[in-house]
Amino acid sequence: MKMTSSTETIPETGKRAKIKAQYKKFIGRKITFILFCVLLIFAIAGVAATLGSFPITVAEVYTIIWDGLFQTPETTKEVVVWNLRLPRIIMAILAGAGLAIAGTMMQGILRNPLASPFTLGIASSAGFGAVIAITLGAGFITGEYLIVVNAFLFSLIPTFVIIGLTRYKRATPETMILAGIAMMYIFSALTHLINYFAEAEAVKEAYFWMVGSLGRASWDELLPVTIVLVVCTIPLMWKSWDVNVMGAGDERAKSLGVNVERTRILILIISSLLTAGIVCFTGTIGFVGLVAPHICRIIIGGDVRFLIPASGLFGAAFLLACDLIARTIMAPVILMVGIVTSLVGGPFLFFLLLRRRKEYW
Amino acid sequence: MAKLKVKNVTFNYASVPILKDVCIELDKSEMLGVVGPNGAGKSTLLRCIDRILSPQEGCILLDGEDIKNMHLMELAKKVGYIPQSATQVFPATVFDTVLMGRRPHVGWRSSEEDLEKVLDTLQMMHIEDLAMRDINEVSGGQQQKIFIACALAQEPEILLLDEPTSNLDIKHQLEVMDIIKNIVVERGISAIMAIHDLNLAARYTDRIIMMNGGHIYAAGEPSAVLTPENINHAYGVEVEVINHNGRLYVLPIRPVRC
Repeated sequence: MKMTSSTETIPETGKRAKIKAQYKKFIGRKITFILFCVLLIFAIAGVAATLGSFPITVAEVYTIIWDGLFQTPETTKEVVVWNLRLPRIIMAILAGAGLAIAGTMMQGILRNPLASPFTLGIASSAGFGAVIAITLGAGFITGEYLIVVNAFLFSLIPTFVIIGLTRYKRATPETMILAGIAMMYIFSALTHLINYFAEAEAVKEAYFWMVGSLGRASWDELLPVTIVLVVCTIPLMWKSWDVNVMGAGDERAKSLGVNVERTRILILIISSLLTAGIVCFTGTIGFVGLVAPHICRIIIGGDVRFLIPASGLFGAAFLLACDLIARTIMAPVILMVGIVTSLVGGPFLFFLLLRRRKEYW
Repeated sequence: MAKLKVKNVTFNYASVPILKDVCIELDKSEMLGVVGPNGAGKSTLLRCIDRILSPQEGCILLDGEDIKNMHLMELAKKVGYIPQSATQVFPATVFDTVLMGRRPHVGWRSSEEDLEKVLDTLQMMHIEDLAMRDINEVSGGQQQKIFIACALAQEPEILLLDEPTSNLDIKHQLEVMDIIKNIVVERGISAIMAIHDLNLAARYTDRIIMMNGGHIYAAGEPSAVLTPENINHAYGVEVEVINHNGRLYVLPIRPVRC
């Protein structure tokens, strides 16, 4: 069937061209924002690499990073940047990106602005897994990676419970979120219970883990996190059209040919894996996954195809900046980045809500 | 051959029967009105035809092919559905919302052709000035037009409309119905419309089925279905049906107490 304008609407070429130009400009703005975030990451990373007891200038940092791509670091400066400072910076970028992308997709498929790795219970169950490993030394495996593996496996529990729920009852997005919140409470109660009886040293370590920090990042950990981020982001990008369509309601999405239930579960699993793959190394860094998607929606609109890269890059820049603040604001004391993300992100979101122009914001 | 055949469809929701043995035939370029009191099964029938719900018994044939055996995307290319209300939580421009209607036809990237089709549809619905506005900022009537535009961008062969005029003022009601009628005539699309307003149904549809309690109670030309006896039986309302300038008008008198 051919689509033609009916006789009464003779194409007004001027108007058409204008709308098209506006739409192209709108897309151009999204791409500009994405590029801006990339530049922002490079800039913050440069400053972040100068921080520490050994003095290195920003210009030196970029030279050292560039040179280090082609030869192994030799001088003290090179070793400091490459082995001590870069892992932390790259971990901040990867973790910020992954958490923000996971949050974007969870909000999208559940059509709920409150959805995030935290509200779905993923963070608190990971915390519980880590605390068991730290205080009881018990877990699925033993040895060096006990905490990581335990946190990873436990963090998948809420997702499987939610999927199990959808098999017995027709689970609406609201049911899924309530189930996630229920599990968040259950796991944090269990964590507190264990901590109450645990040794003081173990409680302190567990506490560090539950707030989230980038202090332990090393090159060995960056590889698995990178793999998880890449492997999970590709299918999420591929499904972004379907998530766009689901934003208009399940019925509309179904009538546009999207298998809503299957897509929702698939994306929930991938987003959970992505979250789990990050928090098991960094601890439960809060707020990035909730706030980065919202900020990006305010700036570039709700199209998920652009929102995934935009909020990923913005989340990376945001976490990197928060870590920068965490290391400088009370220097020489280094705060945990999880505290700063919430303390900076909360007021920032308030600010955006106060100056909102549109109904949703 | 009929474009669409609904054969002995029965649908239960949690073992409560909603549709009982419903049979319908729809021709090409025909506009069918579905009327009946609240809870008669009108919306459920439309959802079954678009496979949003699966009937427990019976089958629905589109061009002779059972829709159960069709791929979801194939069905989406042929059947467009406009639900009574849609909830867009996150911001979306009107342009992007209408572009979603191209989903069954496009891959990941939207082509220049898709953008042109969105522009065509926006112009046809006279909402091109809203293109870059957010869908949550426009009025209910404009939203309804946007959702219809989205379904038209889908280029379906059958259009299912659930109460397309329920949120609209009287001018928008007539405008929207005129547009739908035009499309049905000009493009040879068939349309099934669940509608509460009996006067609009009488004025715009070719045929009406009246549902009550999940059955088809009466079917045929508007003048044959919209009789005082039928309306009294289905709705429990005493009415007068008047003929004014060749058009049928249903004038409610009082609800019947039983």
